[in-house]
Amino acid sequence: VNASRRWLEALLRRPLRSDDLSARLAMLGAPVDIVEPVGADLSAFVVGLVTEARPHPNADKLRVTTVDDGSGTLWNVVCGAPNVVAGGRYPFARIGTVMPGGMVIEKRKLRGEPSEGMLCSARELGLGDDHDGLLALDTDAAPGTALLDVLDAGDERLVIDVTPNRGDLLGHVGIARELGASLGVQFRLPEIPGETGVEVAGPARYGDEAPVGGVRLAIEDRAGCRRFLAATIRGLRVGPSPAWLRNRMVAVGSRSINNVVDATNYIMHELNQPMHAYDVSQLHGPTIVARAARSGEFVVTLDGVRREMPEGALVIADADRVIGVAGVMGGRDTEVRESTTDILLECAWFDPVRVRRSRRALGLATDASHRFERGTDRWGAVDALRRCIRLVLAVAGGALDGGAVDCFPEPGHPARIFLRPTRVAQMLGVSLSIDAIEKCLLAIGATVVAKPGDDRIAVGVPGWRSDLVSEIDLVEEVARIHGYDRLPAELRPFRPGLRDDDASWSAADRLRTALTACGLSEVVTMPMVGGGSGGLRIVNLVSADHAELRQQLLPSLVREVEANWSRRTADVRLFEVGTAFSGAEAVPSEAMHVAFVVTGARAPHHWTDGGKGRDWDRWDAIAIFEDLVALAHPDAKVQVDGSRWIAIAGEDGTVGSCGPCDADAPPWAAPLFGGEVRVVPAVAAVGPFVPLPVFPPVVRDITVGIGVGHPVAALLDLLGSRGRRDALETVAVVDEYRGHGVPAGRRNVTLRLVFRAADRTLTDAEVERTMQRLRGALERERDITVHPT
Amino acid sequence: VPSGPARMGTADVTESGTPDVLAFLDAQAAAARDAATIAELDAIEIVVLGRARGALTGALKELAALPIDARRARGRELNARKAEFETLFERRRAELAAAGAASDHPDDLSMPPRRIWHGTRHPVTVVIDDVVAIFRELAFAVAQGPEIENEQRNFTALNFPPDHPALDMHDTLYLDAREDGGERLLLRTHTSPVQIRVMQAGPPPYRVVIPGTAYRNDPFDASHAPAFSQIEGLAVDERISFVDLKATLTVFARRFFRHDVRVRFRPSFFPFTEPSAEMDVSCAICGGAGCPACKGSGWMEILGCGMVHEQVLRNCGVDPERFTGWAFGMGPHRMAMVRYAIPDIRLLFGGDMRLLAQFGQRP
Repeated sequence: VNASRRWLEALLRRPLRSDDLSARLAMLGAPVDIVEPVGADLSAFVVGLVTEARPHPNADKLRVTTVDDGSGTLWNVVCGAPNVVAGGRYPFARIGTVMPGGMVIEKRKLRGEPSEGMLCSARELGLGDDHDGLLALDTDAAPGTALLDVLDAGDERLVIDVTPNRGDLLGHVGIARELGASLGVQFRLPEIPGETGVEVAGPARYGDEAPVGGVRLAIEDRAGCRRFLAATIRGLRVGPSPAWLRNRMVAVGSRSINNVVDATNYIMHELNQPMHAYDVSQLHGPTIVARAARSGEFVVTLDGVRREMPEGALVIADADRVIGVAGVMGGRDTEVRESTTDILLECAWFDPVRVRRSRRALGLATDASHRFERGTDRWGAVDALRRCIRLVLAVAGGALDGGAVDCFPEPGHPARIFLRPTRVAQMLGVSLSIDAIEKCLLAIGATVVAKPGDDRIAVGVPGWRSDLVSEIDLVEEVARIHGYDRLPAELRPFRPGLRDDDASWSAADRLRTALTACGLSEVVTMPMVGGGSGGLRIVNLVSADHAELRQQLLPSLVREVEANWSRRTADVRLFEVGTAFSGAEAVPSEAMHVAFVVTGARAPHHWTDGGKGRDWDRWDAIAIFEDLVALAHPDAKVQVDGSRWIAIAGEDGTVGSCGPCDADAPPWAAPLFGGEVRVVPAVAAVGPFVPLPVFPPVVRDITVGIGVGHPVAALLDLLGSRGRRDALETVAVVDEYRGHGVPAGRRNVTLRLVFRAADRTLTDAEVERTMQRLRGALERERDITVHPT
Repeated sequence: VPSGPARMGTADVTESGTPDVLAFLDAQAAAARDAATIAELDAIEIVVLGRARGALTGALKELAALPIDARRARGRELNARKAEFETLFERRRAELAAAGAASDHPDDLSMPPRRIWHGTRHPVTVVIDDVVAIFRELAFAVAQGPEIENEQRNFTALNFPPDHPALDMHDTLYLDAREDGGERLLLRTHTSPVQIRVMQAGPPPYRVVIPGTAYRNDPFDASHAPAFSQIEGLAVDERISFVDLKATLTVFARRFFRHDVRVRFRPSFFPFTEPSAEMDVSCAICGGAGCPACKGSGWMEILGCGMVHEQVLRNCGVDPERFTGWAFGMGPHRMAMVRYAIPDIRLLFGGDMRLLAQFGQRP
């Protein structure tokens, strides 16, 4: 909400500094986002004392003056104003000052006389229309004093961040009340300039219906409109607002419209009670009624838009038609215009939920709806109407037709809550005396009845604090007014929780550790992706780039590789641990995935490589993939699937895959490989310790001829299972050869077998017998030849 | 160390009259490893592998005379030795060549070393890890929950009144899907529904931190993203008060930022906490004097917190008269932007290697 510093000064009757206000409001829970100057920035202007004024030798209408600006130098200033006199003090713009219009004051010659600065009129400073002469300053401040220190001009707009529970802070009075609690002063409503001293009597109380100056006022929707007040003023003159009212409107960032509308807006900004004025001559009936909209009704609102009323929406109607959306915006047909002489002032309490629904249905947020949604003061409405009547009479004339009326069918009273000081101590961790608690509550305008001997305080909540409904709300108020900064911050004993870390968090951490160890960098991509891939759709996201939830991470990583390529980055190593979503079943599901991509150099280029470092290849990729599967899905087995690898886990089926990636690659790009695994947050057990071997190994190499389509894995499995009994410890592939001397479609693969017994040194003869057997087993396989050693 | 190549002499002849060529070869291998010049190495090579008189060559030739069983075993042994020697001579020769070159034309040791890629965690992960580590010291454990939620856990259980303006702070993304029970599904707007899950899973005490992704219907621009990280904390037990909240979060701030950081708590509003607060720390850039980064206030908003609202406890079956607690939530994306002076949140959702590679541990 926008607040005017000058307005707050008027309420608190003292000068205020915006930095002090900001600090205080922050600690009260209403931080100031920004302070902006209202109108022109006059901070560069100073008080200038004219020490001498003499006629201009070459111009009748000009004068040449000598100005003391406190700098020690006296300036020669040519001036055209008739009212300049020696000894007078005027706003002075030194050379270099930027005028509100943007003009920069320079030293120049006027009709042959040098002029070194400028004495200013009110209009030149943006302070009014008076251009008859210089703005004579009624001050004896020393020359050179900042103009703003001596002039009640210039305002600052405080943009305050009001939380949704504090509707009362949307009016200056609410802010002044809080500041008053902090400053130790009571605010008082400022007098209305130009008021003639008319007494406005309190409105007469009615039920659902009342006559008001020839108009019928009625509530037909009691739940939506709990209180409806009005007054009819006749014979007024609509016109521009006086300067003080216009300035207030400008200060809060509103447009000044006319004296009547500005008066209603003034009350809204001061007392947080939105008001509306209708042109009585345009009211059919003449009647004004708060009721639910009927099917098919519409209204053309003040902004000229024809709006269909949602059925049941709370509206204001006359005898025939809707004339306003209650709490949101009035209708154009009944608005106050220049020709208006008779108005009906409306002041009401509308149900926050009903206003919110209308606002959302119509997509029409206004200053009024913002306030009604956050709850206005049902019991303060009377004072708001009376003050508004006085204001309208003061700025637009006219006279009340009859008295004001007040339809309040179920008056009730604001909440009364019991507060236990023990509860305050339990929540805040410190014991506050009953006195201290009461002081805090009184500061917010509550009434307090503490019965001696009772362990509770009965608290009457003020009408403007509809957010205070239970004891805990009062505990917060006590803490807030007492001051959060006055509560201690001492670490007290606590019991540890009894939970382990969530398994998925630990799993993600292990995956990050493994992948960074491989030299990969973690990336976080947007979980929403472009539409069309059959993913779970987001209903209300506008951006087509983020229309659905990703089913896999890998495509996003490939897009990031392409982006790196487009930046001429050739070496890319990325991984992501994140959530993937599935909408395949009736109820959507989500799972943690891990994915990686690698392309370009396997290691940073080094000069000993002579410009020919090795690139990442598929054998690097499968190594990373196998590690990931072991960590992410310990039950899964990696196997070859065509030109890729996949990980298969029992009933989960395929839980990962790895291989070359399709991408939009520039010609210079190295091959791109990637993989992705669904993570089950289980931990593969590590250990137990395997005793270290005591006896030496025996190593034998064997070379077999095998078709290129024949998987070596089958061979390794065969050797492993046949040799295990016979102390075969490991089998490794040490070489593959294709080409000269080997028939096309075949290859020679050299395997290294390591034998070791746990209990003795193997003899050559033993190992040789085993080798014979293994050779025999291989030779019996189709398509395999064993080369002689 | 022999000063020159040896010949097999009588001392090496065993009783049986067969010279123990293996022992001799061992000695020559040691000599080769210690050879100081290439010439010395060449001489050893001739003694061992020389075509005419090399000891190993000779031993291989003598194999033919052995009986078939002995021949096979001996042959294997000698062939293995031969391969070892070939490797040894090659490697030592290269070493000596390099050393020789070095003595004549020394290597330029200012040439760059051979490096490996250092992997990096994402800056937001680094922030989360740091936060989690600090809270772990304070006996918190990590809890997690799903990103797809229902309105009940995301709003209702957290005390958001229906049709309340507080809902405007959470511009929600809804999914084109419903739960089994028919409830509308959404992407959680904060990590707070995990609080509900933790509390509904068992009785207090609770002491958990909850890092995770949250979603809002925000534009994707320099300072907003429709998906972003949050880290949430919850501590509930008997005798937990606002003092504990202040104390614990102050310890956190001092550990996460600097030990001399100033901390302030000011009132705020969240439907699920009461009393509610925002925690500010003195601006890391200007130290509190006021600068553009802190909009001149000298303070930076770090997290929202408060005492768990008694209605939230009640909604989870926890007796609010017996148990009290506090909670907080903060935004690691924003914290990473502040910590690393990253001006645009979109950089944290991109895979630019030049940026990501900056966040590794320097070796």
